Amino acid sequence: MVSVTLENISKYFGKVRAVENLNLKIEDGEFIALLGPSGCGKTTTLLMIAGIYKPSKGNIYFGDKIVNDLPPRDRNVGMVFQSYALYPHMKVFDNIAFPLKLRKEPKDFIKKKVQEVAELLKIEDLLDRKPSQLSGGQQQRVALGRALAKEPNVFLMDEPLANLDAKLRVIMRVELKRLQKRLGITTVYVTHDQVEAMTMADRIAVLSNGRLQQVGRSEELYNKPRNLFVAGFIGSPPMNFVDCIFVEEGDEAYLEAEAFRLRLTDSIKKILKENARSSELILGVRPEDIIISERKAEGSFEAEIYAMEPLGRDVIVNLRMNDTILKMMTSSLFKGAVGEKIWVRISLDKIHIFDKKTEFAIL
Amino acid sequence: MAELKRRVRRILGSILVYAVLTVPLIPIFLMYTWLFVQAFSDRVIFGIIPQGLTLRNWAFLNNPIVFGGITHTSIWVILRNTLIFTFGVTGLITVVSSLSGYALSRVQFKGRTEFMQFILALHAFPAVILLIAVFYILNKMGLYGKGLLAFLGIIIVKAGMEIPMSAWILKGFFDVIPWDLEWAALIDGCTRLGTWRRVILPMIMPGIAAISIFSFIAGWGEFILVYTYMATEEYFTLSVFIHRMIGEIMYVRWGTIAALGVFYLLPIIFFFIFTQKALLRIYIGGIKR
Repeated sequence: MVSVTLENISKYFGKVRAVENLNLKIEDGEFIALLGPSGCGKTTTLLMIAGIYKPSKGNIYFGDKIVNDLPPRDRNVGMVFQSYALYPHMKVFDNIAFPLKLRKEPKDFIKKKVQEVAELLKIEDLLDRKPSQLSGGQQQRVALGRALAKEPNVFLMDEPLANLDAKLRVIMRVELKRLQKRLGITTVYVTHDQVEAMTMADRIAVLSNGRLQQVGRSEELYNKPRNLFVAGFIGSPPMNFVDCIFVEEGDEAYLEAEAFRLRLTDSIKKILKENARSSELILGVRPEDIIISERKAEGSFEAEIYAMEPLGRDVIVNLRMNDTILKMMTSSLFKGAVGEKIWVRISLDKIHIFDKKTEFAIL
Repeated sequence: MAELKRRVRRILGSILVYAVLTVPLIPIFLMYTWLFVQAFSDRVIFGIIPQGLTLRNWAFLNNPIVFGGITHTSIWVILRNTLIFTFGVTGLITVVSSLSGYALSRVQFKGRTEFMQFILALHAFPAVILLIAVFYILNKMGLYGKGLLAFLGIIIVKAGMEIPMSAWILKGFFDVIPWDLEWAALIDGCTRLGTWRRVILPMIMPGIAAISIFSFIAGWGEFILVYTYMATEEYFTLSVFIHRMIGEIMYVRWGTIAALGVFYLLPIIFFFIFTQKALLRIYIGGIKR
């Protein structure tokens, strides 16, 4: 097992800047997810770790050794592709044995190892079949087996669950996580699905436009997003954003939006006065941080129910105030009708405030 | 009533289709039939009715043909030459074009698209116009007029003329294979060449089969190159050998010629029967920029 360090990594394809100045340290045995929308550079980063692409700038370390010029076959990485990339002309056994055969391991050892991996992944019965005779879930296990059989130092996965049906995906999520913890292999997992990233990874690196936005554990990303992109990308339904202006009237400070006016606590006021470079801000409120108040009270606003999206346990209530629409998440015990007016308030201790220009979080 | 009308119309339709198919086939059919019948006939015939069944025309199988006072090379030597020529050409074309087709498909280099268009343009010119230039090259390389060496030279020339188009066709097959598979093989421990051989090549077997079948047919049927560059009869292939039997003397032994023709045809007919399926599977990929 090794740690993987990316130091000022950039990758350009002609004029396209796929990855720009990426710094990331992946600890030995850690499970890290690269999360971002398509085209954000996450797969490119993975292929650079695998050795398929050479970084245009910067260094990649395995442990403390620079591996920039090491060909993929000498890096001892195992990779699972979204398409599984099984060799269609080989039986399952030969697919899993392929990396071992290339390493010229003795026949008995290969047989034992394949058997072992097959048992671990519960595919012992499939060893005689061709990949085309397998279901998606089975192919995925074979791909995992091929990557595991060589006992890699680093395990790379590129959207391995994306082609499975929803139910199987939930099962495999847990299994993969357990497997990784059991084997303790340093793992880099590429996904665009935040639920996968948050549930499986020890840490998540959020990428957008080839740049690293934030690295952290899921609750860090959720509770303390560093900028507007992370705040909007993590969380479902996504955070509500409202353009607003910071105003002071005497001792009091407010965030003034088109639809409402939010009185700030002294501590928030202090932070804003110290850190905000402009008075033009963006207020971020998570749907669960909007709370229904029984009646009109200090700090509550009147809003019209615009639409209801029941999810079973919860319901997403779309609230309209003038031209602003906010999503509120509440228990499905709430009975409201479209068009009805209700009173809501915002939990002040949970709000996020971003600079409108730089999009960085101030609070 | 209406039902009957429709049936009549359908029958008339198919009669028309078969008529259009059959008429142009009649001359071809008649010629081949004549060849077979003449090969077993005692006298020269002008039709397809055999006259005096005999195996005399096939005597060349046992004894070298003595014709015009010359004892010619044994047919088995000629057959051996033809097989060596054909397999040599097929092997060269298959190996070289499966490597160059891979390069055209997978390796980015300047002028690749232009190169591929150039190949297509070149293919439009008949090979005959190159005869003099190729003679010059062969001669300079010492591959002309020296029996075996000249024979090898012709094999290389024939392969060289077929390779561009074969590489072009195989490129289409390589294009279809996803990069993921190639990357997976590289990560699993293959070199680039190993990936090509162990993973990519087995996947384009239909393409390889098609190319080798085409090359085989092209090699078997080759005439002009051998005719032009080969002076010694011991290295003749069947096509040129047959031509010599027709061409040199004033009168022609039609029976022997016809038997030789059938002898020349049979292998390719069997070959075609066995490879027909693979041939029909062929499709050609388009240019990918």
